[in-house]
Amino acid sequence: MASRKVSRRRFVAGTAALSTAMVAAPFVRGAYAAGKLSLGLWDHWVPGANKATEDLVKQWADKEKVDVSLDFITSQGNKLLLTTAAEGQAKSGHDILAFSTWLPARYSEQLVPMNDIMEPLIKQNGAVNGTVEYLGKVDGKWLAVPATVGSQIKGPCTRIDLLKQHAGIDIQAMYPAGGPPKADGWNLDAFMKAAQACHKAGVPFGIGLGTTSDSVDTAGAIFHSFGAQLVNAKGDITVKTDNVRKALDYYKQLMAFLPEDAPAWDDASNNKWLVSGKGALIMNPPSAWAVAKRDAPKVAEQCWTHGFPAGPAGRFGPFLPFFWGTWNFSKNQSAAKSLLVFLSQASSAEKMVAASGGYDLPSFANLTTFKTWAEEGPPTGTLFHYPNPYNHQTLSIAAAPAPHKIAEQIYTQAIQTQMIVRHYKGEAMDKTLDWAAKEIEGFSRN
Amino acid sequence: MADIAAPSSIAAMGDSRSSLHKLMQRKSTVAFLMALPLILLITILVAYPAGYAVYLATLNKGMTRFVGFGNFEFLFGRDTFWLVVYQSCLFAITAVIFKALIGFVVAHFVHNIPSKGQRKWRGMLLVPWVIPPAMSTLAWLWLFDPSYSAINYLLQPLGIDRIPWTGEAGWARFSVILVNVWIGSPFFMIMYLAALKSVPEQLYEAAAIDGATWWQRIWYVTLPMMRNIIAITALFSLIVTFANFDIVRVLTAGGPLNSTHIFGTWAFRVGIEGGDIPLGASVSLFMVPILAVAAAFILRDITKRGSEV
Repeated sequence: MASRKVSRRRFVAGTAALSTAMVAAPFVRGAYAAGKLSLGLWDHWVPGANKATEDLVKQWADKEKVDVSLDFITSQGNKLLLTTAAEGQAKSGHDILAFSTWLPARYSEQLVPMNDIMEPLIKQNGAVNGTVEYLGKVDGKWLAVPATVGSQIKGPCTRIDLLKQHAGIDIQAMYPAGGPPKADGWNLDAFMKAAQACHKAGVPFGIGLGTTSDSVDTAGAIFHSFGAQLVNAKGDITVKTDNVRKALDYYKQLMAFLPEDAPAWDDASNNKWLVSGKGALIMNPPSAWAVAKRDAPKVAEQCWTHGFPAGPAGRFGPFLPFFWGTWNFSKNQSAAKSLLVFLSQASSAEKMVAASGGYDLPSFANLTTFKTWAEEGPPTGTLFHYPNPYNHQTLSIAAAPAPHKIAEQIYTQAIQTQMIVRHYKGEAMDKTLDWAAKEIEGFSRN
Repeated sequence: MADIAAPSSIAAMGDSRSSLHKLMQRKSTVAFLMALPLILLITILVAYPAGYAVYLATLNKGMTRFVGFGNFEFLFGRDTFWLVVYQSCLFAITAVIFKALIGFVVAHFVHNIPSKGQRKWRGMLLVPWVIPPAMSTLAWLWLFDPSYSAINYLLQPLGIDRIPWTGEAGWARFSVILVNVWIGSPFFMIMYLAALKSVPEQLYEAAAIDGATWWQRIWYVTLPMMRNIIAITALFSLIVTFANFDIVRVLTAGGPLNSTHIFGTWAFRVGIEGGDIPLGASVSLFMVPILAVAAAFILRDITKRGSEV
């Protein structure tokens, strides 16, 4: 099915991909090479996690007799982002490429529709969450397939001992391993009180307010919890609403209990905060916990990953999916789709999850109960609630449900965290809202 | 006809050969041919990308239609853009002034070191300039780390409160300028040192006989003799500093509250991270007229002084 002639275009595509990507390039060759397929996948930060994907691709290539070249492209220094931009401009590159959160929508006109494989996959694996649908499906067209590798929920990772000692909250009882959450009392008020108590005790919550994604994602989830949208789905600017004001006021109070330097934090800052033992809670996927396991085992033993506190509009957790997509200039679209179906099978996803130590998340509802999350530790069960197995929280992304081209700018320019910091530093609420409205007005240009 | 034509064609051939020979013997032709590889490289690696950037800057957000100067008009209405203009000018001008001052002072110190040990000092002082800026800025990032700043750790016993090096707009601006000065001063130092070495010793001797003070020697001898080097170095540094990317990107990523963004970093944020390539291209092109004006003024001055000499 995937047999293709090696054309000049394929050769150009392959060399362009190599020249634009900073790659560790293991070459996986099918036993009876009869066609070619090039992949540019996200280079996993977990040692050995790439191997699971590599093995799966090889298994598929051997069966389908396709010659596959596999590039793992790091997202460090925006390498993957730049590769995507270069391939999109050159109209030449990998047959399958990993697209981070907003990129399927950005390149919507250059991607092959995936409806023919997504609809059967959803029937087979269960529905995808609303955020994946918002990011991956535009005008009824699936632009890419949600990737297991790299997708993550950035929920709270809490120090069991510190929260119990200083805030009187038993987080393990709220989110018991192996059972459904009993977290009705885990709301934004309780969160604020806990933040205050931990701050007073000298172990503040480590929530950044910089311009990188960890900070933006947390702000986005809390804004959603208040029903605060900056732009609605129609594209109307809705900055000057009560819900936005409430969210800003809440954050102003919260910020007083966060580290003073939170506006300067980047995505590494909260990890360091947890590992150093200085903080009682951060908002992060289990990468910080995994580093603590290696560098500060005593800290890791006390970490518990769980759901977000609920707000007046509901309980929202930030979800950052990766996607696998195929350019419309790819010559091997049918082979690419075949491989994507194979990689989206439960058995494949389970191997990827296991290889990443539970970090990677499939986006399909039926694939959130693999044994890896139940067994990982210490403490055992620390990741049980990480994949949101009981749909306890609505998985969300900052700036949704704005039209993608506006939302992407709101997200990358960190409008929400900038609003929070401005207001906290004494700027009048109306002035902050005016500033945000004017910025967003600029994003709406065509 | 044929009898006449033949000698004339031979003569013409001879003429063309000799004119080609003459052309090849002209210094300007030889110079052009020797510079041709570089001209080709610049055309491919500079002129073409610059032309492409101009083309991109004239497209709409979706890159589907021509909008002329529409992107620039849009930028002029944005507060953040003017903040970036202000910050870029502040960053470049302040950094160049401090680099020039420090380079000048250090060059004098090094010039006065006995020649035996001078090479070691020159080598050591060049280290900040030789290390790739992205690497050295990473080291500075750790020194300025919001939570674990080594500098704050050292200042603490002196009773100095924790300084938010990258967390507060004023300090963040100071930090990016400081790192740029640290990296760029050795370049000024080495250029000025070369200029100092070329100042004839007799001029100083004459000044000393006339009873000139240390300051008068600097003001009336050293500075006039170094004027061209100072101007060229300042221009070169101004261009490079305006076009800086790595220091701000690594140290603050433009934050907090966009207060340290310069043209390069904001163009990247808008164009690559935000997906608005035409607007990003417009931001990056905006520094061209600023630098062109600066270059015109400085080079005109140099030409004037050159003709005076």
